[in-house]
Amino acid sequence: MSELSAGAIRRKPLVVQYPSLLIFLGCLALFTVAVTVLSEGFGLGVISTSFVKTLGKTLCLCLVALAMDLVWGYCGILSLGHMAFFGIGGYAIGMWLMYARTELIVIESLANQALPPTAQEISDGIATQIFGVVGASEFPPIWALSHSLTLQLLAVVLVPGLLALVFGWLAFRSRVTGVYLSILTQAMTLALSLYLFQNDSGLRGNNGLSGLQNLPGLDDIPQSTVSIWFFWASAFALGLGYLTCVAIVSGKFGSVIRAIRDDEARVRFLGYPVEAYKLFIFTFTAILAGIAGALYYPQAGIVNPAEIAPIASIYLAVWVAIGGRGRLYGAVIGAAFVSLLSTWFTGGQAPDLNLGFATIQWVDWWTVLLGLSFVAVTLFAPKGIGGLFDLIAAKRSPDRHGADLGPEPGALREKEADT
Amino acid sequence: MSTLLEVSGVSVSFDGFKAINNLSFQIGERELRAVIGPNGAGKTTFMDIITGKTKPDQGKVLWGDKSQSLLAMSESKIAQAGVGRKFQRPTVFEDQTVSENLMLALKKSRNPFSVLRFRASGEDQTRVEELAAEIGLSGALGRKAGELSHGQKQWLEIGMLLAQDPKLLLVDEPAAGMTPAEREHTTDLLVEAAKTRAVVVVEHDMEFVRRLNCRVTVLHEGSVLAEGSIDHVTSDKQVIEVYLGR
Repeated sequence: MSELSAGAIRRKPLVVQYPSLLIFLGCLALFTVAVTVLSEGFGLGVISTSFVKTLGKTLCLCLVALAMDLVWGYCGILSLGHMAFFGIGGYAIGMWLMYARTELIVIESLANQALPPTAQEISDGIATQIFGVVGASEFPPIWALSHSLTLQLLAVVLVPGLLALVFGWLAFRSRVTGVYLSILTQAMTLALSLYLFQNDSGLRGNNGLSGLQNLPGLDDIPQSTVSIWFFWASAFALGLGYLTCVAIVSGKFGSVIRAIRDDEARVRFLGYPVEAYKLFIFTFTAILAGIAGALYYPQAGIVNPAEIAPIASIYLAVWVAIGGRGRLYGAVIGAAFVSLLSTWFTGGQAPDLNLGFATIQWVDWWTVLLGLSFVAVTLFAPKGIGGLFDLIAAKRSPDRHGADLGPEPGALREKEADT
Repeated sequence: MSTLLEVSGVSVSFDGFKAINNLSFQIGERELRAVIGPNGAGKTTFMDIITGKTKPDQGKVLWGDKSQSLLAMSESKIAQAGVGRKFQRPTVFEDQTVSENLMLALKKSRNPFSVLRFRASGEDQTRVEELAAEIGLSGALGRKAGELSHGQKQWLEIGMLLAQDPKLLLVDEPAAGMTPAEREHTTDLLVEAAKTRAVVVVEHDMEFVRRLNCRVTVLHEGSVLAEGSIDHVTSDKQVIEVYLGR
């Protein structure tokens, strides 16, 4: 007894405890190398630069799906607002990218004048360039830090983190749970998106921030190279994010948050401050989402308020559900699979389906298909795609949970059968 | 023997219905007490008040040597102060193993940041194994709690309460749905636990209460009807009328 049972509690190295961690990191590394070798920038040129960007963006979506799985699949908080944090991360980095690049352009154009331009002239020039589209020519206060990469990078982490901290504190303290919390998070993301749609929000209204694919001062470097840099950064962030998430869910902390998911009141009577745990997870995942967004939007090139629309966060939940919530690799698989499939269908590459009486054009019908598969997964395969791995595992070794394998009490036990 | 918990003059009403009416109750530091009463007598509400789930309209709930009021504390703070509660329906975390369940309950810091850094020491594991032996689940440490039988889940929950090492143990119908042999084991566990702490057992089953051989408090319509030995209360006229006579 003691060997089997003690093994269940004793703290083994993370990799031994979670064999999927090593497999995941290995697959990610292989994938990164393969894409690099096949890319235009560093290799054979089999994969186009735009597809490298799509893959890099997909990795960022996997990262935010990881955050969603942690908050929903493990802690049971169905947040339908995490794409807002993702968008905020994009805006935060986008402000610096846009400012710094416009600054270079303005300085260059003013360089031909007889008199050297004053700081005020440069500042006005940048403001006119950036805010001309919304009929303004002055910097809104929100841009005060946009000249500094360090400060904007800090904002990528701090703004989503603080917003989640305040929002979560108010919501969890009032014991808002379940569907009410989901509605509240939807309201938050809707409010944010509506605010950003306004021209006087200071973030260029519905135009959003654009030209983010160009790194300031690095105009000579082709996009094929830049795209691989971002791809690497995204892969690195995903790997690190995965490692951190595994570290969180594997220990006692993971045990507590899964317990909160299953029976919140009981955890409270065990003496755990449930609200503090929820707040920790909510804030941490918001930061993770912010980082994912900051890597995503430079690859997308543009961030606008439509990205923060409530539907985006619902898609995120759909990915995680289809991939299999409550297991980290499930979320990654779901996000990669569904978002790539979505790109394929909505990109007009999928052949039309001729039913005789009508033709199904996937650009229009893809969301219907997605909706139906979400319903089907929820009803018939709640474990999602990740559940397939259980089938494989079940084939490999009989999982009798230590019970006898045969009718005889002395029959081989599971442990012996494994070896 | 000094008083551990003192409930005095507590009333609570739900939509005009007085669930608890001017109830007073005391228990010492090492005492076993059975609370009985017909359905709707306010037994569960009484536990809800002590554990902080329900806030009373009036009255006082004082705790420990320093006579600290429990009314201003949150559920988790009350649990940390040393009140453990076992629900009627066994509530264990079915998706987690027996050892994870026990580890979760083990008396350790409940702060998220220290839990994040928590590593189970050899001592912790020994304690978990000891507890498992005590509740007869030594062979099931690696199994998921959801796979256990009803009686085993009840024990696991009792084991989790012992792991919490509370000063006061509130137990709601521990013997419900148990076989006679399991009942006997449960009785032993509770009597044993009461040697080092206060234990309040809420129970319907008179036979079970008789076997606990302790002081009995009879609740009726939200207040105390009688208190004393089992023979004393079962011979009380009022008690016979409202409860036993039925």
